[in-house]
Amino acid sequence: MRYHAFLIKYAEIGIKGKNRKLFEEALCQQIRLQLKKCEGTFTIDRTSGRIFVNCESEYDYDEVVEHLCRVFGIAGICPTVILPVMPIAELKKAAADFFGQEYPDRAHSFKVQTRRLAKNYPIDSMEINAELGEAILSAYPESRVDVHNPEILFHAEVRERIYLYTHVIPGPGGLPLGSGGKAMLLLSGGIDSPVAGWMVAKRGLKIDATYFNAPPYTSERALQKVIDLASIVARYTGPIYLHNINFTEIQLYIYEKCPHDELTIIMRRYMMRIAEAIAKRTKCDALVTGESIGQVASQTTRALGVTNAAVETLPVFRPLIAFDKEDIITISKKIGTYDTSILPYEDCCTIFVAKHPVTKPLLSVIQDHEGNLREKIDEMFQRALDTDEILIVDENGSRVFKHREDPLTEGM
Amino acid sequence: MEREIYLDNSATTRCFPEVVSLMDRILLEEYGNPSSLHHKGVEAEREIRKAKEILADILKCSPRNLIFTSCGTESDNISLIGGALANQREGKHLITTKIEHPAILETCKYLASQGFEITYLPVDENGLVNPEDVKNAVREDTILVSVMHTNNEIGALEPIEEIGRVIKEKNPKTLFHVDAVQGFGKNVIHPKQMKIDLLSASGHKIHAPKGVGLLYIGDGVKVRNILFGGGQQGGMRSGTENVASIAGMALAAKMLYDHLDEDRDRLYEMKQRFLDRVTRIEGVHANGKTGRDSAPHVISLSIEGVRAEVLLHALEEKNIYVSAGSACSSNRPHISETLLAIGTPKEYLDSTLRFSTSVMNTDEDMDDAAAALEQLLPFLRKYTRQ
Repeated sequence: MRYHAFLIKYAEIGIKGKNRKLFEEALCQQIRLQLKKCEGTFTIDRTSGRIFVNCESEYDYDEVVEHLCRVFGIAGICPTVILPVMPIAELKKAAADFFGQEYPDRAHSFKVQTRRLAKNYPIDSMEINAELGEAILSAYPESRVDVHNPEILFHAEVRERIYLYTHVIPGPGGLPLGSGGKAMLLLSGGIDSPVAGWMVAKRGLKIDATYFNAPPYTSERALQKVIDLASIVARYTGPIYLHNINFTEIQLYIYEKCPHDELTIIMRRYMMRIAEAIAKRTKCDALVTGESIGQVASQTTRALGVTNAAVETLPVFRPLIAFDKEDIITISKKIGTYDTSILPYEDCCTIFVAKHPVTKPLLSVIQDHEGNLREKIDEMFQRALDTDEILIVDENGSRVFKHREDPLTEGM
Repeated sequence: MEREIYLDNSATTRCFPEVVSLMDRILLEEYGNPSSLHHKGVEAEREIRKAKEILADILKCSPRNLIFTSCGTESDNISLIGGALANQREGKHLITTKIEHPAILETCKYLASQGFEITYLPVDENGLVNPEDVKNAVREDTILVSVMHTNNEIGALEPIEEIGRVIKEKNPKTLFHVDAVQGFGKNVIHPKQMKIDLLSASGHKIHAPKGVGLLYIGDGVKVRNILFGGGQQGGMRSGTENVASIAGMALAAKMLYDHLDEDRDRLYEMKQRFLDRVTRIEGVHANGKTGRDSAPHVISLSIEGVRAEVLLHALEEKNIYVSAGSACSSNRPHISETLLAIGTPKEYLDSTLRFSTSVMNTDEDMDDAAAALEQLLPFLRKYTRQ
């Protein structure tokens, strides 16, 4: 066992005033959940503004780091060795050995930074800095001290034991999951929406998701793809309740009654309405979409405004709103959804896409045309809600939580 | 739920229950390794020998001409790669057609990358290769010609006998490989008489399980093995034989060939019955030949104004299972080589469905499928892209 513990650094939750304790607890809980998936026994130690993951048995270093990197709220992960409190002469040797192990090529500038919390240790932190620095320098003449811009910060913390660490592996940042409530993600099989879900989860929100399928225009494989995507996002967010809504009837009705160049935007307005209805039923406090300004005709500023106006009360979070496609792709590769997003079977809804959809819709005109749907839309809306099939998706797969009540096959 | 109507038998078939019981017995009782010296081994070996005898009887060849593989694709790979490697001193030229299965076309691509020259022959509007074209393409250095027996997408029956004759007239050394994955079990195929040197077939297209294939290698035909190992099957195909599936494939073949004439008549009648009805629907066209000069079990329809994949899923909701000629998808369109080669108009490439039958289908299946089309098409055509 090369390291005895991981020091967990968290930045933002340190500033949350009275809520700090709640945030810390949420963070420890998420760390615990991720460590459950790793080989080995771990304990979490929370003392004086630090979280330590203590390794109580053999473990797989890469596996532990990979899983800790999925815990939102962690700013940095520091692999640490723990030594018993020892006289400075012995500590000097141990520190030099540790430096040598951590940096085999040794030709680096460094600075020693000591925190002495155990005030009964005979020499103070400034003196420890000097002693340890000297020990490293004399052990490795190719290294050098630089107190202003060191390449390496060599940390020593003297507590009831002595902790040494030099590496800080960046964590995902953000806030611990669940500390921000719950949101409903409109999830498609594309690149954007899984990234949007991940980003919002990173700010501490639990995620539920709604997917709209339109058989026979979309296939069972399209649903499987969405489940696979949700399953990848669930690595970070924990289990996702995925609502699978049959949208065919509404889509065809819009197609029949409304101008075709407004089809997509009216369709999206109904998707938002349905998602909001489910969100309220399932106690979500916000909707989340993968929209980004100008990406497609239905995501121009005006179109976003018209879509947004369909939502009654919930806020709509659009974390990707000002992201370029390239940047979204970069994140989707990082979180592992990209390869699944680009698989085919995206959807066969393209017959519903007009050649030249409106890019500057006017809300009043759209609302006027939605009036054409007056006759049947309410019952169809209710029927679509009744098709709700709920799947619980976690990182290992999915299971049906609630079967659909109305299979909506009549008329087909 | 409505009754299941499975019309995707060119993709795969349901096992005969008799095949399943036979395999069940072999897997539970005669589970020995045919290479073992003891009784269990002998018992298993006997099953393989029996299977070879049955299949040799059907193909009018000797059991020693038969090799068992894992699938049609493997049989095709051994034939082309093994045939090319064993005969490359005679030349490095191979001939095939534009409408072969990917198991042939992709293998040819690989051989081309290894320094072989491949000629791809065109087909006419019915998907048929002209034997005259074969004759003109065969050269002194042509080592192998590969032509499929039955096209999997439109059911074209290639003039195999004539092609065999013209090849051997022009260059007796040239090997003739026939991919009969779609044809075996539905047609009389006698390789020796048809001048076929190598023939591929597959178990799961004839009501046996997936994971077993057949390869006929004519007497004196030089093929190099491409798998190396324990030297089973005379070294041509190392690997412990899949005894149960091999026996299952032989039984399925026997069951089909015992009633071949009646079954063929019935399949052709079902095909005609279905076509008579659906081609009366406006904008529905059959691809390729449709009479007794076509495959008894494959029906390819191009349907105006409907995307094949949407229709496929709409039929699926009625528990009717078919295939799309070309799979549409927004980011990776797959265009069928066969449909392109027969000159299918662009607007139909995305609107072609394949209905493929088997002896398990009934007139009622065909009537219900036709009725489903009659009902669905007007509905789906209402919602087409403007």
